[in-house]
Amino acid sequence: MTRLLSNPCLRLVAAGIFAIGLACCSSPSTSDQREAGSISPQAMADALHAVLESDRTVYARQVVHRLQDQEEVILASEHWQDDKALPLPAQMFRMGAEMVANKTDAFSYALISKWPVNKQNEPGTEAEIVGLDSVANNPSAAFYARESLGDAEYFTAIYADVAVSPACIACHNAHKDSPRNDFELGDTMGGVVIRILLTE
Amino acid sequence: MRRKRLAFVWTVATVAAGLYLVVHFFGRDRRLFLPGETTSGHYQIERACDACHAPFQGIRQDACLACHQAGLQAAEDSHGPEKFNDPRYAEDLARLDARQCIACHVEHRPEITGAMGVTLPEDFCRSCHGDVTEERPTHEGMGFDSCGSAGCHNYHDNRALYEDFLLRHGEAQPATVPAAWPQRKAWISGEMRDAGPLGAADADSPPASSRPELIAAWANSAHAAGGVACSDCHAAADAAWSDRPPYAMCSACHELEYQGFTQGKHGMRQAVDLDPMSPAMARLPMHPEALNETLDCGTCHDVHTVNVRQAAVNACLSCHADEHSAAYVDSPHARLWEREMSGEGAPGSGVSCASCHLPREERRIAGDLRIAVQHNQNANLRPNEKMIREVCMTCHSLALSIDALADPEKIRTNFSGMPSVHVQSVDMALSRTE
Repeated sequence: MTRLLSNPCLRLVAAGIFAIGLACCSSPSTSDQREAGSISPQAMADALHAVLESDRTVYARQVVHRLQDQEEVILASEHWQDDKALPLPAQMFRMGAEMVANKTDAFSYALISKWPVNKQNEPGTEAEIVGLDSVANNPSAAFYARESLGDAEYFTAIYADVAVSPACIACHNAHKDSPRNDFELGDTMGGVVIRILLTE
Repeated sequence: MRRKRLAFVWTVATVAAGLYLVVHFFGRDRRLFLPGETTSGHYQIERACDACHAPFQGIRQDACLACHQAGLQAAEDSHGPEKFNDPRYAEDLARLDARQCIACHVEHRPEITGAMGVTLPEDFCRSCHGDVTEERPTHEGMGFDSCGSAGCHNYHDNRALYEDFLLRHGEAQPATVPAAWPQRKAWISGEMRDAGPLGAADADSPPASSRPELIAAWANSAHAAGGVACSDCHAAADAAWSDRPPYAMCSACHELEYQGFTQGKHGMRQAVDLDPMSPAMARLPMHPEALNETLDCGTCHDVHTVNVRQAAVNACLSCHADEHSAAYVDSPHARLWEREMSGEGAPGSGVSCASCHLPREERRIAGDLRIAVQHNQNANLRPNEKMIREVCMTCHSLALSIDALADPEKIRTNFSGMPSVHVQSVDMALSRTE
């Protein structure tokens, strides 16, 4: 080994390898930075919303609208178990939110509206009330706020919930418990609320 | 001297009292430490403190769910804990954490315990639904203490009471049609035997245990017809022959039935390793001659004849002596059962005790649809509207079913005659569509 290191070229190569190794050990990679918590609550909420909105749009268009309205294979129904039908897109969304809430309190999401079929889904907090108005006026811009609910602090983001499929507006416009029955495709029907828990 | 004598007496009394408490605390019967009378749903297992309590941690929520979660899921729980996890309900939960069973059901508090073991004030619905009349003007003037007691709403199970169900089944239904219960499909959850039907000559019991009357009973039974030999029960899994094998071994083939049995009041003591329930322990009136029976599979099903007809009525009435049970024999339901038993009525046209309290359920296992008997006779008993879909509506309209179950007199007389109570829920639902 001593004889090998007497070679200047080999000494240079060994020093280079040592330096690279040292650099790898001491400077965190991009993924390490994320693990260290450097993603902002807003970026986290935006990322979650991108997934939620995409999944919901795919379900509304490619499952419910296609199978119910275009190919007439199976109906979607509010009482999907009794009717042996597809759950409505809003029910799929809510069931997912409930399952997530059973797994973690690090974040939560919900669907709210000023014209909800179920009155329990009206805006309840100050941020929800202001946020729904904000996204109704400017659907392309999310609304962000910090909230204290109970003993915890949250970063709250509200995004416009836009009617993406004829199935959405047909159901809401015809439902006897819907306070509004003149929705059109592209209308903002409500908002998606995402909360990121800030306190430990 | 007197003081020494008093000190001696005090010491002896203290040690004796301490020993008495220690013996009871570590013994099998710890009822001495019960803080109050246990509810009718739990008193059977009140000796098994650990079934619900964790030392120094109070009541375990998972202990409640271990027994009740499957039923709540089957009921599509309208107010499950997942409904309240959203942070927007934080302030409400600070007042009443509705995710915890004990927020509404506190045990050992008979002075505040109402129907269904609820220990909240009867108008508890008001706290979240106080503005209900804004959406439902039909509810104007109704007290919040009547939401659940008038046959209209249940907190957990609303499968037969939700508005669209009322609309779908509430209009122009004939009040009563002939019964047509689905026929049971033999339920064997263990390995199916391929030995085919067996006869008396195939009995493989040892000579010392071969009593002719038992072999004759078995040879005419469904067990023999299904190829179940003597040794399959008396020497299961190549064990040594036992004249009285434990009933838990029935679950080797009848797993679902045994699960149901141990979830209901008849078998829940076995589920927590207590000795079996006995009519002597019951709070309902029982026949004196039955008090010393113990409840296991063989109490209702003679183990050699395995006669399910005997188990459907006679087994029940041999113990139960309350007014509802006693009135069965003179009820219209009993007449239908007698007609079926005599061959005058079609199979499935009779209505036995088991028809309502041990109903036949569809179970889909590995794609195969089976009709199995629910052996938890409490699964649909409280609130009694849980019977509507699977039991009452087999023969009766939804409106008649709701009215009958809301009429205590009809329940007492085992549903002889038409109900004198009328629940307005169907009328209200229909009025919204006009």
